[in-house]
Amino acid sequence: MIFDFVIYILIGIGIFFNVLAGVGLLRFPDVYTRLHAGTKCTTFGSIFLIGSVILIGLKMWWEKDTNGSVLAIHSTLALIAILLTNPVGAHAIARAAHRSGVQPAHAVIDELAQKPMEKTQKKDKKINQQKGGD
Amino acid sequence: MIDLYTTYLLVVSALSLCVILALIRVLRGPTAPDRVVGVDTINTIVIVGMVAFGVAFREVIYIDVAIVYALLSFVSTLFIAKYLEGGDF
Repeated sequence: MIFDFVIYILIGIGIFFNVLAGVGLLRFPDVYTRLHAGTKCTTFGSIFLIGSVILIGLKMWWEKDTNGSVLAIHSTLALIAILLTNPVGAHAIARAAHRSGVQPAHAVIDELAQKPMEKTQKKDKKINQQKGGD
Repeated sequence: MIDLYTTYLLVVSALSLCVILALIRVLRGPTAPDRVVGVDTINTIVIVGMVAFGVAFREVIYIDVAIVYALLSFVSTLFIAKYLEGGDF
């Protein structure tokens, strides 16, 4: 009974964050903020929804149903696939958007286009190489 | 009182609402990266929906399909991002 209650709470949190992702995708003004809403909220909601599925699998396994362990293990694999691939895809989209020239809304300066870090890092590398050569 | 397994059919219907919200962004998006963000969100929601269907109908094979779909959609997202960047690849 308490187990079912925990499962319902996990389902509620997951649905809430997934709907929030859809609303944020519609309401935000910009590619980068839309990416922020669409990726993070769906990842967080997916953790809770698939977590509830894992709990159901463990409960079935506890009641001597062999399908339960298969359900729990395979949904864990699906969760791991989401957790590994979603942030990498979001980073690739953000990088592609910036390189194809999309500016953030209400942006004043673009610090990535100036690339101050890269120059200083190159200088540091040269200095380090000279020190290493000596 | 609804059964615990049929609750997941309600979950799938709520997730289809999210898919419709993201689809509006895909259709309206002013730039190409906006549409890619919408498609990426739809992919993640469809994966969760497949897992929920697997619990609702007690078929484990739907979850295997979800794993394969996750990996393939990741590859397609990376490829579209690489295409949007331009240049050689």
